[in-house]
Amino acid sequence: MMRSVLPVLSVVAAIFAIWYVASIGLNKPWAEDKARRAGVELSTSELILDTWSQKKPRLPAPHQVAAELWNTTGAMVQQGRALSKRSLIWHGWITLSSTLLGFVFGTGLGILLAIGIVHSRTMDMSVMPWVIASQTVPIIAIAPMIVVVLASLQVDDVVAKGVISMYLSFFPVVVGMVKGLRSPGAMQMDQMKTWNASRAQTFWALRLPASAPYLFASLKVGIAASLIGAVVAELSLSQDGGLGARMLGGSYYGQTIQIWSALIAAAILAAGLVAIIGLIQRITLKRMGMAA
Amino acid sequence: MIWVTFAIGFWLMAWWINIQIGRSGAPWAGLVMPALFGLTLLILWEGMVRGLGINPVLLPAPSAIAQTFAANLPTLWGDLVQTVVKGALTGYVLGCGAAILTGIAVDRSPFLQRGLLPVGNFVAALPIVGMAPILVMWFGFDWQSKAAVVVVMVFFPVLVNTVAGLRDTDSMQRDLMRTYAASYPQTLLKLRLPAALPFIFNGLKIATTLALIGAIVAEFFGSPTRGMGFRIATSVGQLALDMVWAEILVAAVVGSAFYGGVAMLEKMLTFWHPSQRRRA
Repeated sequence: MMRSVLPVLSVVAAIFAIWYVASIGLNKPWAEDKARRAGVELSTSELILDTWSQKKPRLPAPHQVAAELWNTTGAMVQQGRALSKRSLIWHGWITLSSTLLGFVFGTGLGILLAIGIVHSRTMDMSVMPWVIASQTVPIIAIAPMIVVVLASLQVDDVVAKGVISMYLSFFPVVVGMVKGLRSPGAMQMDQMKTWNASRAQTFWALRLPASAPYLFASLKVGIAASLIGAVVAELSLSQDGGLGARMLGGSYYGQTIQIWSALIAAAILAAGLVAIIGLIQRITLKRMGMAA
Repeated sequence: MIWVTFAIGFWLMAWWINIQIGRSGAPWAGLVMPALFGLTLLILWEGMVRGLGINPVLLPAPSAIAQTFAANLPTLWGDLVQTVVKGALTGYVLGCGAAILTGIAVDRSPFLQRGLLPVGNFVAALPIVGMAPILVMWFGFDWQSKAAVVVVMVFFPVLVNTVAGLRDTDSMQRDLMRTYAASYPQTLLKLRLPAALPFIFNGLKIATTLALIGAIVAEFFGSPTRGMGFRIATSVGQLALDMVWAEILVAAVVGSAFYGGVAMLEKMLTFWHPSQRRRA
């Protein structure tokens, strides 16, 4: 664990260095243009400082994004406006609620489908190919249509966005659970047979516990996919807010810093959700005596 | 009511036939059963839309979609070329190529490997689609920005898989290459790259879906007046849902073909791998 801290830190540092250099290169034309019109000659250091502090840069520098993130979260909490419409906490909460809603239903659907597929040969052979085919369809691209149709059916907006998240998150769960429920070896299955265990008993005592590591691995993939679904769905329901709506609004008005801060906020949210599931995984597997 | 009864009747019959086929264990069951299931879904859909009189603005019947599809072939083809051939394919080739080359370069330094794998895994889980508005701003409205989005989206999954795959040789195999006095390029070409291929193809297959998603979603942030994402967005605005479904049909067919093509290539190149051997 400690062995990889230094390499990871240096890779991250390299990314930040590249980011700063790139923002010099990308913002230079505008800085030079501004200086020419003002009739000022910029020294190199002035030029670099200018590229790192523009209002609408092509690529904002990391500290600008960090400042914007702080201004729309921590600073607003201090002013007691944590839930105002301009705060990223509010937007993040909207994204989070449809993500979680979709994730819960997607996981439930995925587990049920997997149980059916494992126990019924007919379902395995007729449904499984379609589950796989469903993912080669870039469904996320038609999110706007699904959202609009559901909204016109008087479905609640959170649910409409959750449906997209659900569609994206059920697939990894189905695939992982089918693998997990089938993971007990022939020896173990034979053991259950010698005990004259019924199908249900085999399922509860052997198949389900054996599938836990697989389930958690797919839950991590599923929640990340679920968040992506929620963000894209918000592009078409932008009046409700959400991180996706922040990105769209930023792209309309050229507010690059706003886009980047929404992007980083989404990244932090994704990392946090995956980390929480990782924690639950570690605790659960440890109590089950399966910790690696 | 006739339509609904017919659809449900067909469904039950197909279900029964599928059970029989499944029991018989015929060799062609793997092909017929999913086909029958798909056909059942279509007939259920058509029957429900007709029988229950669902507003075509909400859900057009499959037959209406087929008609729109046939009537708009030139438009759909133009969109396909703009989005898939120019945007997605260019980005896919550039992104995957860059990722594999980076993976090979990183492979020589264990330090970089240990640093890049966790970071790459992290980035691969991020909602990278969000980069789309930024890249559209940098590269303009035409296909170049779509290709750029695709490059960013496919890069990390392929990179992580390449790095993981190149590590997948055991010390016995590497020792053998040493006793042959094989040089680094020889070891790379003869042992490590072939051993990494199953991993790389895993990444490449994930990337096919990501490429289409990236190219289409990027068009929501600005595009010329053609392209699948543009057509979907404008048709939704006009409530011309049959056109949207026709585009989805195109996306589904192209997406499956793309995935199938990569899977076939995998079968040809990694025929030796246990997962590709024919089941006994």
